[in-house]
Amino acid sequence: MTDTAMGRVAEATPPGVARRIRGLSDRAIAWIFVAPTIFLLLAVNIFPLIWTIRLSFTNFRANRPNAEVESVGLRNYQRILTDADVWATMQATAHFLFWTLFFQVLLGFALAWLINRKFRHSDLWTTIIVLPMMLSPAVVGNFWTFLYQPQIGLFNYAVEFLTGVPATSFSMIGEVSLAPWAIVIVDTWMWTPFVMLICLAGLRSIPESIYEAAECDRASPWRQFWTITVPMVLPFLMLAVLFRGIENFKMFDLVVQLTGGGPGNTTTLTSIDLKREAFEKWRTGYSSAYAIVLFVTVFGLASIYVKALNKVKER
Amino acid sequence: MKTMPLLASSALVAALGAAEARAADLTLCWAAWDPANALIELSKDFEAQSGHKMSFEFVPWPNFADRMLNELNSGGQLCDLMIGDSQWIGLGAEAGHYVKLNDFFDANGIDMADFIPATVTGYAEWPKGTPNYWALPAFGDVVGWTYRKDWFEKPELQKEFSEKYGRDLAPPKTLEELKDIAEFFQEREIDGKTVYGAAIYTERGSEGITMGVTNALYNYGFQYGSPENPYELDGYVNSPGAVEGLEFYKALYDCCTPPGSSDWYMSEDIDAYKSGQVALQMNFAFIWPGVEADPNVGGGKSGYFANPAGPAGHFAQLGGQGISVVSYSDQQEAALEYIRWFAQPEVQKKWWSLGGYSALKAVVEDPGFATSQPYAQTFLDSMAIVKDFWAEPSYASLLLSMQDRVHKYVVAGQGTAQEALDGLVEDWTEVFEDDGKI
Amino acid sequence: MSFSITDPSPRQKAVAGALVIAYALITMLPLIWIVSTGFKSSADSIAYPPKIAFEPSLEGYVNLFTAQTRQTPEYLAENPPQTWYEEIVHEKGMVIAGPSRFGERFLNSVIIGFGSTFLSVFLGTLAAYAFSRYRIPLKDDLLFFILSTRMMPPIAVAIPIFLMFRNLGLSDTHLGMILLYTAVNLSLSVWLLKGFIDEIPREYEEAALIDGYTRFQAFRKVVLPQAATGIAATAIFCLIFSWNEYAFAVLLTSGTAQTAPPFIPTIIGVGGQDWPAVAAGATLFLLPVMVFTILLRKHLLRGITFGAVRK
Repeated sequence: MTDTAMGRVAEATPPGVARRIRGLSDRAIAWIFVAPTIFLLLAVNIFPLIWTIRLSFTNFRANRPNAEVESVGLRNYQRILTDADVWATMQATAHFLFWTLFFQVLLGFALAWLINRKFRHSDLWTTIIVLPMMLSPAVVGNFWTFLYQPQIGLFNYAVEFLTGVPATSFSMIGEVSLAPWAIVIVDTWMWTPFVMLICLAGLRSIPESIYEAAECDRASPWRQFWTITVPMVLPFLMLAVLFRGIENFKMFDLVVQLTGGGPGNTTTLTSIDLKREAFEKWRTGYSSAYAIVLFVTVFGLASIYVKALNKVKER
Repeated sequence: MKTMPLLASSALVAALGAAEARAADLTLCWAAWDPANALIELSKDFEAQSGHKMSFEFVPWPNFADRMLNELNSGGQLCDLMIGDSQWIGLGAEAGHYVKLNDFFDANGIDMADFIPATVTGYAEWPKGTPNYWALPAFGDVVGWTYRKDWFEKPELQKEFSEKYGRDLAPPKTLEELKDIAEFFQEREIDGKTVYGAAIYTERGSEGITMGVTNALYNYGFQYGSPENPYELDGYVNSPGAVEGLEFYKALYDCCTPPGSSDWYMSEDIDAYKSGQVALQMNFAFIWPGVEADPNVGGGKSGYFANPAGPAGHFAQLGGQGISVVSYSDQQEAALEYIRWFAQPEVQKKWWSLGGYSALKAVVEDPGFATSQPYAQTFLDSMAIVKDFWAEPSYASLLLSMQDRVHKYVVAGQGTAQEALDGLVEDWTEVFEDDGKI
Repeated sequence: MSFSITDPSPRQKAVAGALVIAYALITMLPLIWIVSTGFKSSADSIAYPPKIAFEPSLEGYVNLFTAQTRQTPEYLAENPPQTWYEEIVHEKGMVIAGPSRFGERFLNSVIIGFGSTFLSVFLGTLAAYAFSRYRIPLKDDLLFFILSTRMMPPIAVAIPIFLMFRNLGLSDTHLGMILLYTAVNLSLSVWLLKGFIDEIPREYEEAALIDGYTRFQAFRKVVLPQAATGIAATAIFCLIFSWNEYAFAVLLTSGTAQTAPPFIPTIIGVGGQDWPAVAAGATLFLLPVMVFTILLRKHLLRGITFGAVRK
């Protein structure tokens, strides 16, 4: 598929340009420049994907190489789609996804807007705010279990200091009602800076002349905000949401270190469940089908989203 | 005469060549924990004697099973020697990961009768109860309890306790008594701090809550299967006694553990105990040398007791490991040499002195053993009552189901004990059906 | 009082500044806690209630870099400590048995992290240039295809990659991990860089071509310098990912090529988790990527404009 696409790349290049220059033809340059990327992506992403699709129709177990591999048709898919536990993990993932994006967009945009007021040393503070996203998610998850300990952790004491609720009266990762929020808080802490950076880039890309023109028209700052700032930052914000959404749909390391999926299955996100099926139970066929279901879900959601993003861009 | 030097020198060359080939670089894989560091120290003697070089690959407990089973399942050559967890023995034997050691034991005069029987069954045999050996018992371990002796000895607390419960404040004889003590200490002010009853295993991600809850289940009547047919689960796994045992563990979790102890295993329990949060701590025996040496809770401030009995029996969850030779290793000879060296009584004695729990009878039955450390007697008592989780090739699936069902009930408070164990019977039956065992 | 978006009044600036600084301080608390835990003794790190003031100790750093064993009092008495770090260990009744694995793991992270960052930025620049400068049918689809390679959960492709790497002899090697992280990062790097190269006016190159440069020369001498900012920003994001990646590292590496992220959370001290050592490891591990970001911070904002979004 890509070969033909590459062929078309080269064909589409106007012959006039090629004739004008010395050295390699444009066609050759296109090949040389694009080929390594496409090759690597095919080898490391597409080839395993095809392999996964093949395995998903079998009962293969990677830890029993000598056992006979039988084709089981669509049974793996049927089992996944009718399994209540799988749907529970999807719900946990949806909750995590929605609220992390909600808070990160809200906080990220607000911060970017405030930083864009260009107060003194705003660059310094921006750099400080960006620090959490440079940590390793696994290390962050691990360390936050410590911060969330009611007796010895910082978080509960901070809450006690601010609200007066006794530190040892609640447990963020131990209670069914709080654990889903515990993972949202940590992810928001870590990744709000990412959304902020992209929003800030968007805000800085708005030409001042547009505001000046609006001010000449005596548009109120409120009106300027809604008719200029928001629409012009929106494509950036949507891009940030796309990247964060994809990452959080795959979320594994931070949460597995933080809660191990507990209490019960309250924070067992799909990736955590998938890892247990694939690398602990070694039900390779079943987990391959599981992986495909997830991939199709993200792929479908993302393509709808990218279409919407392109529409916003064109406006 | 002229040929003589030539012959001699060629023999010398041959000998040198052989010595060179013999000097292997062995990698031993185990969990990353205190005893592993002691083993590095111990192995220096082996390096000096044999000329082999020892390397070590230690993986921390939460990832240990994942990483090492991954390694074995993919036929990896990282490890020549594996101190694998007791539950892996079925997989190791049936999937051909481990080398069978019977002939080697016979040829070298290593007799399994010289080791503590429970460790032979637990760490070396597969199928269980048959003389087929896949490992040499390396490290005896069992769940037991640590308690704050200094708190138990406070006269005002002793008085209050005996008034309330009509008996002395002393290490409990039964699980019910244990719960009374935990309840007594829960949210009590001691030395200006609020303290709690007991730190118990509740971890969700790997094997924590299973290793904890079994200590209650066994003693209230839970059995893995019928005595005649090990795969007949219904009525044994979810017997009325088992339900009662699970309810007990939840009651203990609800009433008498520190807030936030919802995902705790060995490491978190130790932290809670050492920082003076709890009066009682459930943990594997391997931590005891560290507790004795701790500046805050060591040096006589702590005492040890075996898991107390329940209404239907007296057991404790087995931990510990045997040492096996990995069948994918191309240095099996040298690896066997290590096991031969390790099995010697003098080496085992030194092993104990460095903090390794030897499983050799000659060491633990030595008259001086029980008094050699404050916890030595408790270790012996505990090893006498051990019971282990499934060691089936599919143990990981069995474990995951149990983690799921039990954590949901005990920590998340979803459903009833009966539902949890009925669900467990269902899950386990499915696993055994998939394996073709039933 | 007037409120202008383009020209904020001093009061607006002060309010905005105060709010941002408040957020920065709150967000720094966990980070400060991690860094300061690295300088606590083991006992202080788990003190109940938590200690704000404590006596600084390098125990965490010593534990991080050494493997230790418990020894009998007699042995300790016979072998007095020679150095300050031996003394710290000695006080706990232990001796240093050798270096820990942290150094190796850290070095692996450096090799794999920077290696794959270089490779993904290099390949990404070439591909982005081709995508930007040549009329490509189905361009949006191809770009979406490239983006979609990032959507697969790592766990999902880990099994075939695991089997494939083993057959090719790449499992647990630096090269294997570099190639893998490069592939994962390429989607981001192509997307970011394409947006950036789009913004460089074509006229510059055309002028260079007319001056007798070849396409390659024009690319090297005109486009690359112009794209430097975008390349720097892309490098930051690629590095942050490959430096910190966990799931692949934990599944595909073991003795040889394991990086630091799977290693740090599992540093075990006497029995329990050694929090000061974990914190020390986390702090040291943050430093390179932090320094890298601060050095390139001027480009960070410019680079992330995703020029593609708007002309």
